[in-house]
Amino acid sequence: MEQFIQQLLNGLFLGAIYALIALGYTMVYGVLRFINFAHGDVFMLGAFAGYYLHKALMPMMSALPAPVSAVVILLLSMLICGVLGIVIELLAYRPLRSRPRLNVLITAIGVSLFLEYTAQYIFGATQRPFPELIPKKTVEGLGGLYVSNTQVIVLVATLLLLLALRFIVMKTKMGLAMRALSLNPTAATLMGVNNSVVISFTFGLGSALAGAGGIFYASLYPSIEPFMGILPGLKAFVAAVLGGIGNIPGAALGGMIIGITETLVAGYSQDIGIPSGYKDGVAFVILILILLFKPSGLLGKVEREKV
Amino acid sequence: MIFKKYGTQLLLLAALIVSLVVSLFTDQIDDYYMDIALNAGINIILAVSLNLVNGHTGQFSLGHAAFMAVGAYGSAVLTLQAGAPMAAAFGGGVFGHGLVFVIALLVGGIFAALLGWMVGVPSLRLRGDYLAIVTLGFNEIIRVVFTNTNADGPFGGALGLKGIEPYTNFFWVFAIAAVSVYVVGSMVNSTYGRGFLVVRDDEVAGESMGINTVRYKVTAFVIGAFFAGLAGGLYAHLRTTISAEGFGFLKSVDVVVMVILGGMGSTLGVVIAAVVLTVLNEYLRDFEQYRMIVFSLILIIMMIVRPQGLLPNVVLQRKKKTT
Repeated sequence: MEQFIQQLLNGLFLGAIYALIALGYTMVYGVLRFINFAHGDVFMLGAFAGYYLHKALMPMMSALPAPVSAVVILLLSMLICGVLGIVIELLAYRPLRSRPRLNVLITAIGVSLFLEYTAQYIFGATQRPFPELIPKKTVEGLGGLYVSNTQVIVLVATLLLLLALRFIVMKTKMGLAMRALSLNPTAATLMGVNNSVVISFTFGLGSALAGAGGIFYASLYPSIEPFMGILPGLKAFVAAVLGGIGNIPGAALGGMIIGITETLVAGYSQDIGIPSGYKDGVAFVILILILLFKPSGLLGKVEREKV
Repeated sequence: MIFKKYGTQLLLLAALIVSLVVSLFTDQIDDYYMDIALNAGINIILAVSLNLVNGHTGQFSLGHAAFMAVGAYGSAVLTLQAGAPMAAAFGGGVFGHGLVFVIALLVGGIFAALLGWMVGVPSLRLRGDYLAIVTLGFNEIIRVVFTNTNADGPFGGALGLKGIEPYTNFFWVFAIAAVSVYVVGSMVNSTYGRGFLVVRDDEVAGESMGINTVRYKVTAFVIGAFFAGLAGGLYAHLRTTISAEGFGFLKSVDVVVMVILGGMGSTLGVVIAAVVLTVLNEYLRDFEQYRMIVFSLILIIMMIVRPQGLLPNVVLQRKKKTT
């Protein structure tokens, strides 16, 4: 039982990160109706940005307390990723805005490969250890459960970012424009919404969240390499579909479900004779099942296709 | 007159004869160039078969490497486990081993076709990017399953299989390439095959005209998968070692790039693109680090500047002018 709760906890921490990445997919899909395949690679670049910022800034910030310097690194990485997202949209996706969705998807795959291999060229293919932004301490909590301060910080920070996102989407003018655009782009334009600005903003916001996700992920699993974004990116996409793509609370819920399922499979599948390596396949099995039985996702609305 | 009626069949026959004749002189071809030629042939099969699904039928599949993997593992396991006794039973020699190879290839192809059916049927509810993601998911599942098999089992786990008989030669590669070009080409150009194009051009209109679009999609998937399975078998018996990691997402992307560069729905374009990219791959080997950067840029720039491919379908273009 203890072990089970421990696994659930670990799944929760992993799921929070998936949720954070899934939000980027969902927001872009909601506004532009296309899957930004390169999102997972922005996540990877977030982790690398954190790594290099730590290297560059630590001599200057050693006097500051660890949480402050960690927040500075986190915010700067988010900024870098946000700008990167806007640039990607500007260069690769904007010229294709009126083309068939499939063309945009292929471009997105191209962008994804481009980021991966350029990163491999610049950073090298070897895995490197991610620095501890905040010195790690593991505490034994209630009933023999182990929780590290990193895990708690990541969870709390993720929740704060989710709340901030909710605030932006629900309470600001830009958020209103985003929601309008996702409901009906033409009508939104007629009401004076500047599509291009809103789309840029959405990309920036989603990419910034992916960057934060990259740093959190690297803090929990401290080893980074140029291809680390592929699997978490795909799983987060599955999370977005599971929750109902285009739906922000759905993405959070889907992320949690994927994280917890994956951790449970990794922990228990050997008891029933399945190798734990199958955990990487679980998300895709879930994806296929959800698309077969409830294609709109758990919290999604059914959309009628007009002919 | 004869050529007009049986033109494509005569071309196929000519291709088969040429590949047989060339294969008699393969000793005189440098091993290095031979290897490139065989790779190009295998890539032609992969690209032409994917083109049936992605180009002609307009279903975007991102999991072609999965079918290749099943074909490769299927045929390799058969020749590794039962190759020697079977060859002996068929009388040994060139004929016996050739027969074993054909059977192994077919078994691999049939398993791949079965998988294609399994993927095709549930995916029919999906369109466009969703289908792409699901086929990608299937690809990952296949990779994960093969990687996590028992290391002492028939599939060799993460290390894969080695010591596969090097049966693949010039004749088999190019004969099968010619057959795949012929089958895909004549299917699409037949009365039956117009259905593929209907699915691509306007699924809803096709359905309202009473065309069973579901059947066309499954057929495209199954035939595409079958030829990818054959290509996988050829690949396994050319490389003599295979592992599941080689049949991942990136391998699928390689084939997709060929189809896009050649022009979706253009058989000739795709064949040329497969050859060009294989050769380019060899020449870029010294620049291994840049290779994929170049390929990804090709993909992006093609989509922005020329989404119809370098050699687009001629018929399509003509239609555009009149409307």
